Parts: sequence; structure tokens; C-alpha cells
Amino acid sequence: MSKRKTDPILQVENLQKRFGGIIATDDLSLNVAAGELHAIIGPNGAGKTTLIAQLSGQFKPDSGRIYFAGDDITALAPYKRSSLGLARSFQITSLFLDLSVLDNVALAVQAHAGHSFHFWKNARKEDALRIPARAALERAGLIGRADWPAAALSHGEHRQLELAMALAGEPRMLLLDEPMAGLGPEESARMVAMLRALKAELTILLVEHDMEAVFALADRITVLVYGRVIASGTPNEIRANAQVREAYLGEAEVAHV
Amino acid sequence: MRSALTLRNIVTAALVIGLVLLPLYVALTGDRFVLILFTRIVILAMAAVSLNLILGYAGMMSFGHAAFLGLGGYTTAILSFEGVHSGFLQWPAAIAVSALFALAVGALSLRTRGVYFIMITLAFAQMAYYMASGMARYGGDDGLSLESRSTFAGLLNLSNKTTFYYVCLALLLGTILLVWRLTNSRFGMVLQGVRSNESRMSAIGYPTFRYKLTAFVIAGTLCGLAGALIANHTDFVSPSMMFWTRSGDLIVMVVLGGMGTLFGPVFGALALLFLEQFLPTLINMAVRPFNPAGAAKAGEYWQLVLGPLLLFIVLFARGGIDGLLKKLGGKHSSHE
Ligand SMILES: Nc1ncnc2c1ncn2[C@@H]1O[C@H](COP(=O)(O)OP(=O)(O)O)[C@@H](O)[C@H]1O
Ligand SMILES: [Mg+2]
Repeated sequence: MSKRKTDPILQVENLQKRFGGIIATDDLSLNVAAGELHAIIGPNGAGKTTLIAQLSGQFKPDSGRIYFAGDDITALAPYKRSSLGLARSFQITSLFLDLSVLDNVALAVQAHAGHSFHFWKNARKEDALRIPARAALERAGLIGRADWPAAALSHGEHRQLELAMALAGEPRMLLLDEPMAGLGPEESARMVAMLRALKAELTILLVEHDMEAVFALADRITVLVYGRVIASGTPNEIRANAQVREAYLGEAEVAHV
Repeated sequence: MRSALTLRNIVTAALVIGLVLLPLYVALTGDRFVLILFTRIVILAMAAVSLNLILGYAGMMSFGHAAFLGLGGYTTAILSFEGVHSGFLQWPAAIAVSALFALAVGALSLRTRGVYFIMITLAFAQMAYYMASGMARYGGDDGLSLESRSTFAGLLNLSNKTTFYYVCLALLLGTILLVWRLTNSRFGMVLQGVRSNESRMSAIGYPTFRYKLTAFVIAGTLCGLAGALIANHTDFVSPSMMFWTRSGDLIVMVVLGGMGTLFGPVFGALALLFLEQFLPTLINMAVRPFNPAGAAKAGEYWQLVLGPLLLFIVLFARGGIDGLLKKLGGKHSSHE
């Protein structure tokens, strides 16, 4: 892996991804500075999820490069990216529903702890797994549910659990795909508060439809339309951008935020 | 801490104590039949416990587990036929052959899932069945008798039925201990993660194939050892011990007793073999008052009764017998 300059923690260069005739990612370049919360917005089908999938390694881009902390990770397997410190939480929750909440997070911790060919010691009593798992639940605001079966949690709590599992590997950067989708107003507010707290500790790339949340949280915003970046800047710059107003944000909506 | 004095724990402890003390009862009553029946129960319980490791804990629906009973049994019988009587050679050989077969079957089947996995494991078991049928030197379809039981350099005399029973029981309890440790270890957590959501396990970085393969080999090996015991128990092996219905029996034991529970398969083996043994007589007795002439015939249809009975238990007592004990005991576990 070739070393690049390390200031932007994530660099995307000329990324391209087609699905048949559809260009889901079109010559996309993007820099995310270490420590910032960078939001990606854009209408449905703009290619936000496809971008996250390429960053996390779920999809291979047709061309272009991705650098994380100076390393070229374009062709790296997903779990190797997560062991480098680039974690993703899923838009559709995908949990271990019949295991306890703590077991879910402990499995995520264990995934980062080398191989699991340990056959004799009780893993549920290993501090090396349980202490970081509890810490991640604490950060995700879910410590009170540690011993519940994951299936018994509410929709919003499932999201928090997803977040805890992403945090379990002590990542340097989080990729979040619509963490607020389907949440009630109260749960959304809780998620915003949580992200605000996390933002102080790590870099976050946030895909989100909830404009109120985006403008409240983001340091920078990139706007995608048809797989292309049409604008990138601070929330104020984006709010003032005529092209963005026209292409994406309803005038009324911009006026609100 | 949860109370140790739950109904489930009491019944489990009673079962283990009962199994340990059984030869005492046999000595007092002189009832040899009970000892023979329970030796069989203990051996098949060991096979079911091994299946439970992959079926119950890791969610792998293997439909060919009886092949390992046959492989272990045939290895023992063939060595005996060829003049090798020492258990110190026969049993490790049974273990090694089973492990190799499990490695091959697992390597070829574990990348598939669902129905495909069921069909491939079934196909391999049937292959082993036909191979045994085709070995003319070793009796073909008719099977092969053991000249003598495995010898252990004078340390153990397996022809003594009580000694043999205790050897089987010790191996069953050893298997349970092993499965208990395994399933609570990091390795076991991975298996349970795979059962719950395999694609998520892959996504967070577990190479699930190697863990599944390791579990598959451990389960096959333990079952192969149970096969060596079965051969010694019946002094005989035949292809039929690998027939797919035998694999079905093992699955029924696991499901009936409680998938993914430590002692469930033991309850399941006990229940199934008891039903097999006594259901014909019970039906016979139940029909006799109404139709004395047809009673004996009715007894032959015990499987028609067994089927719905099993269905009933699976539908209404999810978690099998173990789950039932937990549910029944749930309200009374007041010793918190
Ligand atoms: N796996 C796929 N196969 C084919 N087309 C896809 C696939 N994933 C996404 N697309 C298409 O790519 C475009 C971008 O989709 P997506 O990244 O999900 O957008 P967004 O998340 O911004 O709503 C859409 O036109 C979508 O239909
Ligand atoms: Mg999307």
C-alpha cells in the first residue's frame, strides 16, 4: 500500500461505478478531514448508499481510488478496512437477534481480537471482550439493555445497537447510512445527541435524509445528484448555493434550516 | 446469579445420577435387558450430543450424521476382522477415519446453505452406505460380526456389560463436558453468531467457513467414537446403521430434546428410544379391549403414533423437552 499525505483521513479520487446502464457513482472525488462530520445528501437514487458500499468494501468500484489514513484501500476486503479503523453501520439493521445485546457487541469486539480458535475459556466471562463491549454500549446509550435479547429492542434501540457494534472495534472513522431512518421524533433527537457526542471523538461520514439533523451536525456537506458531486462546502455555503436549491433542496426547506 | 435449583436442573441432575446408579438397580433386580437398553441410549445420546454441536449451536442441518456412526463402527469391526483387537488402535483409527471423512464432506458442503447443505450431507452418507454394502470381504449387505470386543491390554474388559456401560457413560459425560466448554468459548460464540446471522458474521470479519469446518470435524469425530461403541455394543455392524433414516433419528433426538441445549439431546435419545421400545406394547394394550384380534397388528403401526406425537412436541413445546422443563420450572424458581 502506498502512503499518501495523511491530513484528510479519507480521500476518494475519480470513483466510478455502473450498474448496467445506470451510473451510480460518476467521477466522484471527495476529501474528509480527520475529526470532521461530513454529511452526504442528495435525492433518492443519487448513489449515496452505493458510495458507502464502495467505501466499506461491499462493492468494488469500476475505477478510481480510495485512500484511508494514507493507505490505498480500494481493493481491500471489508473486514480488513474495519480492522484499519474504518467502520460501517448498516442502513438495514442486521443483528444477532437471538443473542443478548451484550453478546452482539462482544461478537463485534471478538472480530477485532484476532482468530477465535479458543476452545476452552468461557468467552462470556472474558474481560478482554466484555469490558470493551460494555464501553461501546455505554457510548451508544444502550448499557441499560445489555442483558436483553436483541430481538426485544425497539427499532430505535436496534439502531443504537448497530452503532455500538460499529464502535466496538474502536474505529477512527464511522460510515453511517441513514441512522435516523424510521425513527420517531424522540428517538431521532436521541440519535442526534449521540452523534454530536461521538463527533468529538472520531471522524464521521453521515448519509442522512433528515435535513434538520444534517444541518445541525455537519461540519461539511457534499451534495450528490445522479452520482455526481454538485456541491461541497460548509452548511452555510450549501444553504446559499443556487444550484443546490434548484436541483435538490426545496426552497421552502432551505428557508427552514 | 440465577438459582441453580430450577426444575430443569433438578431433572438433569436426577438423570445423571440415575444413569450412574443404573447398574446398581440392575444388580438388585437382575434385569439385564434394562442395562442393554440403557447402554444403547447412552451411546446414541453421545451421537446426538455431537450432532447438536453443529445442528443446535451452529445451525447446520446435517442430514448425514449417522454416516459417522457407521464409519467408526466399520473401522472397529474391520480391524477386528483383520486381527487387530486392541482398542488402543481401533478407537483412534475410528476417530481418524471419521475426522477425515468429516473434513472432506465439510470442505465440499459447508459453502452451501439450506436445502443444498442438507442434500449434500445426505448424499455423502448414502455414498458411505453403498460403499459398505459393496465391501464383499466385509459382509456386504449382510454386515460384519465382531469376533471379540475391543481389548485394552487387560485394563478394561468390555465383555463385562457393566464395565462397558460405564465406559460408554464416561464417554457421554466427557462429550457433554467438551461441548459445554466449546459452546461457551470464543469458538462457540462464533458458531452461535453463524447460526443467528452468518452474513453479518462475514461482514464483521469472521472467516466463517473455517469455524464451521472445525465444528463439523469435531462433531463427526465424536460421533465416530460413538460408532466404535455401537459396534462393541451389538458385536455387529451393517450398512443399515448409516441409512438416512438413522440420521433422521439423530435429528429427531436433538429436536425432541431441545436444540442448542447441553442435555437436550440426552433427553431426546432417552425419549425416542423409550417410545420405540414401549410404544408398540402400549398401543397393543390400548387396542386390545376393543379389538383383541387386531391388537398385535395395531402395535406394528407405532410409528404412525410416534410421528404426530413428535409433531405435537415440536409445535407446542418449542425448545423440546429441555425447553418444556425450563417453562414448567420458570414460575417456581423462587430461590433467587
Ligand atoms: N445492487 C444494485 N444493482 C443495480 N442497481 C443498483 C444497485 N444498487 C443501487 N443501484 C442503482 O444505483 C443508483 C443509486 O442507488 P443508491 O446508491 O441506493 O442511492 P441512494 O442511497 O442515494 O438512494 C440507483 O439508480 C439504484 O437503482
Ligand atoms: Mg440509500
